[in-house]
Amino acid sequence: MLAIKNLHASISQPILRGINLTINPGEVHAIMGPNGSGKSTLSNVLAGREEYQVTDGEVQLNGKDLLSMQPEERAAQGLFLAFQYPVEIPGVNNMYFLKAAVNSIRKQRNLSPLDAVDFIQLIKSKIKEIGFDESFLHRAVNEGFSGGEKKRNEVLQMMMLEPHLAILDETDSGLDIDALQMVAKGVNSLRDGKRSFLVVTHYQRLLNYIVPDVVHVMVQGKIIKSGGKELALELEEKGYGWLEGNP
Amino acid sequence: MANQYIKEVVNQTYQYGFVTAIESDAIAPGLSEEVVREISRRKDEPEFLLAWRLKAYQHWLTLSPPEWAKVKYPKIDYQKIIYYSAPKSKKDGPKSLEDVDPKLLETYAKLGIPLHERAKLAGVAVDAVFDSVSVATTFKEKLSEAGVIFCSFSDAVKNHPELIQKYLGTVVPYRDNYFAALNSAVFSDGSFVYIPKGVRCPMELSTYFRINAANTGQFERTLIIADDDSYVSYLEGCTAPMRDENQLHAAVVELIALEKAQIKYSTVQNWYPGDEEGRGGIYNFVTKRGACRGKHSKISWTQIETGSAITWKYPSVVLQGDHSVGEFYSVALTNHYQQADTGTKMIHIGKNTRSTIISKGISAGRGQNTYRGLVRMLPTAARARNYTQCDSLLLSQTCGAHTFPTIDVKNATAQVEHEASTSKIGDDQLFYCKQRGISAEDAVSMIVNGFCKQVFKELPMEFAVEAQKLLEVSLEGSVG
Ligand SMILES: Nc1ncnc2c1ncn2[C@@H]1O[C@H](COP(=O)(O)OP(=O)(O)OP(=O)(O)O)[C@@H](O)[C@H]1O
Ligand SMILES: [Mg+2]
Repeated sequence: MLAIKNLHASISQPILRGINLTINPGEVHAIMGPNGSGKSTLSNVLAGREEYQVTDGEVQLNGKDLLSMQPEERAAQGLFLAFQYPVEIPGVNNMYFLKAAVNSIRKQRNLSPLDAVDFIQLIKSKIKEIGFDESFLHRAVNEGFSGGEKKRNEVLQMMMLEPHLAILDETDSGLDIDALQMVAKGVNSLRDGKRSFLVVTHYQRLLNYIVPDVVHVMVQGKIIKSGGKELALELEEKGYGWLEGNP
Repeated sequence: MANQYIKEVVNQTYQYGFVTAIESDAIAPGLSEEVVREISRRKDEPEFLLAWRLKAYQHWLTLSPPEWAKVKYPKIDYQKIIYYSAPKSKKDGPKSLEDVDPKLLETYAKLGIPLHERAKLAGVAVDAVFDSVSVATTFKEKLSEAGVIFCSFSDAVKNHPELIQKYLGTVVPYRDNYFAALNSAVFSDGSFVYIPKGVRCPMELSTYFRINAANTGQFERTLIIADDDSYVSYLEGCTAPMRDENQLHAAVVELIALEKAQIKYSTVQNWYPGDEEGRGGIYNFVTKRGACRGKHSKISWTQIETGSAITWKYPSVVLQGDHSVGEFYSVALTNHYQQADTGTKMIHIGKNTRSTIISKGISAGRGQNTYRGLVRMLPTAARARNYTQCDSLLLSQTCGAHTFPTIDVKNATAQVEHEASTSKIGDDQLFYCKQRGISAEDAVSMIVNGFCKQVFKELPMEFAVEAQKLLEVSLEGSVG
């Protein structure tokens, strides 16, 4: 699914310093690591944010060279990023935005656009799953949404776009306990043995709901340790210090 | 990156740049009392109108061009302007579309206005102003059945001189300002509308303006009177061919709403804005004002301003009748070196009068966009209310947005509310859209449309679609 080899990226200074990571179809990988270690940078580089320069390495998504693609092509190839800080787009209706997104991805995949009726049916079933009120569909994208509502909106978009690889950057931060379970349910409903996930989180708790196959620890732009789901528990107990000492 | 994209969108060349080769029957350039008399003579006008023109001309001589607006342009040489030019056509002018010069119809087709089809399909009567004389008017019969008068200003002068004499200059007197005085002296033609008592105009009335002959200043005069209990929606739209020299346009529009009457006046203005370096383009110095004379009357101005090198325009409402309502909805877009100084004046005189101002300014390139507004509550305006919202959207680092709201309240029971905001299309917004599979181009038009939604929804359906397209074209290549 995703193969990252020796990825280096910088923004005014080097941030990612040789990332190697392979995610197979159907796997859930978690990345943990201290603030500023480069987790969001990795997410953004994978999604194609122009501000970051890739200085070395390569990335393949389903066998295709990801780094040569425009961000919207990456989306069409099935890459989805749930942003750590979702962006507000005043004046643009949430439902309209979602429809534009779904249909432009369908177009890039040579599928016919969903008509209004099909679209509304689809979205109504999805908002229930994440516990959203219908009124959110008629508000502007993320405008005035609470922190947790923004995160849930990201999950809603993910469920609508049905990506092959979803990157969740701290989607659990700021969620209340019920919302956390709903988000986890949303993610788990998409787990079908083929779809893959890269979950960035600071809290082991999320991983009780979304059980990862592999847990990685990122420190200073490198993955310094990988392990099973027990690693998250160990980190919760001991912090990062013991790892940073012996990379 | 976003910057680069916005540049591409904005830098699309003007599609409507072409000149129709039609012989013009023009008066030599220059302005003098003799020219004013000659215009009036050629139009075979009644004495009262000539007298009024001459008074306006004498007054204009005492004035100098206004300098308070935030626009810069080289001094205009008023002696180089041609003040009268009528397209030469068959004797006595066309009686129907078949009589219209085919070149002219071709021009309209290029502009996307296939006169017969579109007019009929849309149920719109088009009073097309080509240069300075109206050459085609449709749907006359249907309108006259309803008792509606919709004709060129010249025809109105001939056939309804009493209405002209009664109302002309009562909303915008020739003394009002420099350009209004100039217009009053030399106006060549325009549109006239009268809606009789109790009549709801059966169709939207529409005029497409187009400046054509070189060096011809356009001095349109529009007068719309809605008698008691009547309703009319009027659409004005325009494009101009590309040329190098700046062209002056100084129109005057007067609206009069009597008791319980409603006038909705919508404009899409798309004149040649000048090239990327700011050369050429139209100077648009317009005086538009409506008077809510009757109780419970209502006047709404909706404007989409994307064209012209310079726009100087403040559609206003004088709220005389008690419980009358004034509205102003505006989208003004400036790109390259375009300058827009626009806004409105709401003058509250009557009791319980209400006004709403929604102004959306979009600046790209080196465009300068200024909102200038006045809300005045006179001592008589008990419990009057105003709500003003002024938003600016910036698409580049080099453009500018400015707001000059003036509020003057002389009645303690009146309420005025003002909100303002400035935002940018940010890289993060564009990236967010692209990550969801939406191209930068679509993202920009989505965001701009979202920004303008409050205004677009005030436009008649047909026009709303056009306006949206127009913004897309005007913005192609311009995100930042
Ligand atoms: N646009 C930028 N300009 C300058 N520095 C940046 C920029 N973006 C990221 N950085 C720096 O890169 C480093 C990694 O940031 P990143 O956001 O990837 O960390 P993170 O691991 O996601 O942290 P957190 O857990 O706090 O979200 C930080 O030191 C950050 O300050
Ligand atoms: Mg982060």
